[in-house]
Amino acid sequence: MRKILVTLKRVVDYNVRVRVKPDGSGVAVEGLKMSVNPFDEIALEEALRMRERGEAGEILAVTIGGDECQQQLRTGLAMGADRALLVKCEGEVEPLAAAGILLEVIRREEPDIVIMGKQAIDDDCNQTGQMLATLWGRPQATFASEVKLNGDTARVTREVDAGLETLEVRLPAVITTDLRLNEPRYIKLPDIMKARRKPLETLEADDMGLTAPPALKALAYEPPEQRQKGVVVEDVPALMGMLRERGFLN
Amino acid sequence: MSAVLIVAEHDGQTLHTGVARVASCGLAIGADRLDVAVLGRDCGDVAQQAAQIEGVSRVLCLDRGENANPLAAVQAPQIAALAGIGYSHVLGPSTTFGKDLMPRVAALLGVPQVSDIMSVEGERRFKRPIYAGNAVLTVEAPAEHIVVGTARLASWPAAAEGGEAAIEEAQTDAELPDHTSWLELKSAESERPDLQSASVVVSGGRALGSSENFSLLYDLADRLGAAVGASRAAVDAGYVSNDMQVGQTGKIIAPDLYFAIGISGAIQHLTGIKDAGVIVAINKDPEAPIFEIADIGLVGDLFAIVPEIQAAVEGS
Ligand SMILES: Cc1cc2nc3c(=O)[nH]c(=O)nc-3n(C[C@H](O)[C@H](O)[C@H](O)COP(=O)(O)OP(=O)(O)OC[C@H]3O[C@@H](n4cnc5c(N)ncnc54)[C@H](O)[C@@H]3O)c2cc1C
Ligand SMILES: Nc1ncnc2c1ncn2[C@@H]1O[C@H](COP(=O)(O)O)[C@@H](O)[C@H]1O
Repeated sequence: MRKILVTLKRVVDYNVRVRVKPDGSGVAVEGLKMSVNPFDEIALEEALRMRERGEAGEILAVTIGGDECQQQLRTGLAMGADRALLVKCEGEVEPLAAAGILLEVIRREEPDIVIMGKQAIDDDCNQTGQMLATLWGRPQATFASEVKLNGDTARVTREVDAGLETLEVRLPAVITTDLRLNEPRYIKLPDIMKARRKPLETLEADDMGLTAPPALKALAYEPPEQRQKGVVVEDVPALMGMLRERGFLN
Repeated sequence: MSAVLIVAEHDGQTLHTGVARVASCGLAIGADRLDVAVLGRDCGDVAQQAAQIEGVSRVLCLDRGENANPLAAVQAPQIAALAGIGYSHVLGPSTTFGKDLMPRVAALLGVPQVSDIMSVEGERRFKRPIYAGNAVLTVEAPAEHIVVGTARLASWPAAAEGGEAAIEEAQTDAELPDHTSWLELKSAESERPDLQSASVVVSGGRALGSSENFSLLYDLADRLGAAVGASRAAVDAGYVSNDMQVGQTGKIIAPDLYFAIGISGAIQHLTGIKDAGVIVAINKDPEAPIFEIADIGLVGDLFAIVPEIQAAVEGS
């Protein structure tokens, strides 16, 4: 049976609007609602559906971060993952470092498919899946909107700028999710109770010899340039007038 | 002293308009040498187009069968090999093509990647958006390593045409994997201008209610010579195809004029349009967040307003 590894990153909930700290030293995240990165929920949902269709066996959820990330792993277990693994690591973990840690996890766990989010909505890097596939020497199918498994291959439809592209990759492979791949299920109360009894293992990134300070140095954070609020016009003729004034519509 | 290698995006015949924008980013780095790599099969026409970008020194053509379709796993080893011969920076566009490919190049070179470069503050110092554009981060890439990055296209003007760069055949002995096969690309056929380079864009949201109703916007767009875009809600509801989505996870665009019609203005959508020239919002809810950033707002029912605009445009 295919074994699936899913990555879950703890991020500020997508509904929360973050602000830059007044001294520009970072983004104020203390006390904000934290969630599983939305693309990672989609990744886990896809794995669960594969298992439900009889296409996969065990599903392992992995997070890299501090102890507080256990919360997101419990969410993953409640959604239906069989096991969870926290690779403990303090501070920022940039994509190349995360990929290095995940490669080590892959060596231990030997999954057939790794499903990840295409992008973490905090750093917005969109890199980790591609980097992991490269370090692993395996194919990638990024921005997936449909995945079909067939023997030792996966046929993946990808959301690209020009439309929908389909690739066939030989397993094992890394797949990263786009928003329309599926709609993640809601967690029910009994699932949360059940999740408490599921195994949540911890490893120290330090012990794996895999901690390094970020290679990209963060020098400063600033708020984005704000657009000025404009005017509200009464009717279409007024709108057309303003557009003409600004040189549009001749 | 920097030498910048730009990876060209193209469809086999036409160079992507973003390449000239990435060239501007490369020039901002202060490149003494700005080369463009074109990977493809029989892609002489594309190489010609790249050679015309002002500021480009050389176009390197990697013409081989394996490059017939753009596969990141196949292109990355070739680009990493090229990068090793004296480049300080390797840049690609922050499109789905560049986002797929460049991290693979970075991982092969063992260096971090700077995604979505919006400005260049120094040879190794860049600004990039994080948290859906709610913050801007200045990062510095490590000295002595190649810098790999993607350029946020909406932040860069297209470099002018009129260059006459030399075109050279290039070869690498990179080993190419065969674990990935390209099967097909389905594009929605459209005669309208391309969303990413159009100067006017008309976008619709959930409020349109159906794909049939989107014809209201197509008609208006055709009158204005505009491209048509959409919010994620409209794409999710199946009113339009995914390639029309504007926003954090869709296309980041910077037209001179943008119409947001029946779009509430979620932060993820606004991220995609904040570099637009003039934003016009039409929404029946006067409290909709879109009005916070719109230059011109009109409160009312789009089904009454859009036909009226259409009539006004036709009458003018
Ligand atoms: C990780 C993540 C990434 C996302 N990425 C994107 C992205 O890239 N792009 C994107 O757009 N969204 C994105 N979203 C979704 C985003 O959060 C919003 O849900 C979405 O933009 C809402 O679309 P909408 O404005 O069309 O719909 P709604 O928010 O439902 O707004 C509809 C608007 O239409 C108005 N309206 C209704 N009827 C009429 C009428 N007859 N006339 C005039 N006005 C009317 C209403 O007042 C309302 O303001 C993302 C979400 C997540 C979680
Ligand atoms: N610290 C982390 N823990 C778990 N998964 C991660 C971590 N960092 C990145 N990922 C995964 O990589 C994806 C892309 O992240 P990024 O490259 O940072 O945009 C995310 O959606 C996650 O699935």
